[in-house]
This record gives sequence, structure tokens and C-alpha cells, in this order.
Amino acid sequence: MLQITTKPLKRVEVITVKGRVDSSTAPEFERALMAALESGHHQIVLDLEDVDYMSSAGLRAMVSALKAARKGNGDLRLSNPSNRVSEVLQLAGLTSIFGVYPSQVDAVGSF
Amino acid sequence: MVKRVRRRKMTLPGRYECIAQAARCCAEAARDAGLDDHTVFHVEIAVDEACTNIIRHAYGGEDVGTIEVACHTQGDDFVVTLHDHGRPFDPQAVLPPQIGTDLDQTSIGGLGLYFMRKLMDEVRFEFDPVKGNTLIMIKHANQHHQAEENSAGHT
Repeated sequence: MLQITTKPLKRVEVITVKGRVDSSTAPEFERALMAALESGHHQIVLDLEDVDYMSSAGLRAMVSALKAARKGNGDLRLSNPSNRVSEVLQLAGLTSIFGVYPSQVDAVGSF
Repeated sequence: MVKRVRRRKMTLPGRYECIAQAARCCAEAARDAGLDDHTVFHVEIAVDEACTNIIRHAYGGEDVGTIEVACHTQGDDFVVTLHDHGRPFDPQAVLPPQIGTDLDQTSIGGLGLYFMRKLMDEVRFEFDPVKGNTLIMIKHANQHHQAEENSAGHT
């Protein structure tokens, strides 16, 4: 099960994800990220606190969205990834390309 | 030391939505075998990535064929075996992901296979034109515990 909620703020779109992101749910995850970008929001905070599982399919969606956000002079920043998400990010070496913040407030404030 | 667990085997349809069930089944067996939470998570990810690759690359899409997943203990090893009847592929031909600080140069194709190799101690592919494709992934419990002890000894 995957739950995705979006909250538009003044300068940033906050996307909060809960549940499992794998090859079955990654297309829905990617659609939500791309929908935010296509609606003109290129400054995105992705709150991953309640994502209890993420496979490479989820990481692939995040990298695609990050590339699209940067192309629009924006960024996709991560807030408070769970331990398991942090581990797969580190394993893939993606902590070098994503801005990772300890809380949603910190991530929003970074823009 | 792993605890001996009964062999678990399941056949799942080649659909992405069925993968979580197989990955959780193997994770549960790994937990029953006495592997720690961290290692159990590694087994779950490796099975997930292996099944995803079979559907995507061996079968070329969903609902083309089935995947047989089995796991058991053998001595101090936890062994996962996956079997399919899709196209064989050459694991040597899969380029590792290119990830660095430069986003333009970043390519994360091949990440699934990379995860399998990083998270399991042995990953072997066997291709037989009659029997189909077999993937064997092994976690050595002793090696893992030794590494943890060494790491603890350095802190």
C-alpha cells in the first residue's frame, strides 16, 4: 500500500509518502512527482519519514524527478528518510546527489 | 549459526504486485533462521530486485510467465533460489550504475543487480535451454557475524 499526499506551500510543494515503494507502486510514485513538476512546481520536498521500504524502482523514480526539477532550475530535496530508505540511498551512492534534511521544516526552509 | 528452517517454496505469477509476497516470505524464513533484522531486510530487497529483473528482462513484461521462489538453510548458509522460463541474460553485460556528484553523468540502470550483489554474499546465474533460468543467492551467516564482531571490535 502506498499513500501520497501533496501540500502546496508558498515556494515549495511538499509531497509526503507513506508505505512501500517497489516495482509495483513506483509508477504511482513517479506519476505524483512528475505531476508536481508538470504543474510548474520545481521546488519539491519529498517527505520519506513513513516510507518503510524502497527498492531500486523507487530510487529510479526519484532520480528522474530530480533531473526534471534541476532542469527547471529547481530541486528535489528529501526530508527525514526512514532508516531503511537511508540505507538504500547510501547503498546506491545517491546521498551525494540528493539534499537530505532531518525534518520537513528544515527541508522547506532550505529553499 | 543459522537455525535450520523448513524449505519454503512458492510459485508466483510474473506480476509486480505479487513480488512483495515472495520477498516477505523469504524475509520471514530468514528471520526464523535467526538472521538479524538488518540481514533480513537485505534478503527482502535482494528477492524483490531479482523478481523485478525476471519480469522486466527475462519475460519482457508482466503476465508472461511464472517465477518459482524457494528458500532454505544449508549449514550456516541461507539460500534463496529463483527459477523462471524467460530469456537468459548475460549478467556480465549489465553495466553497473554510474552515480557520482554530477547528476548529468548519473545513470542508475543496473541498480537492481548491483543491490543483489552488494546485499548477498553469493549471486550465481545458471541458464539451461530446457530447464530455464536459475538464480541462486546465498547469505553466509558466519561471515556476516564475523564482520559484525570485527566491526564492533574496532569501535
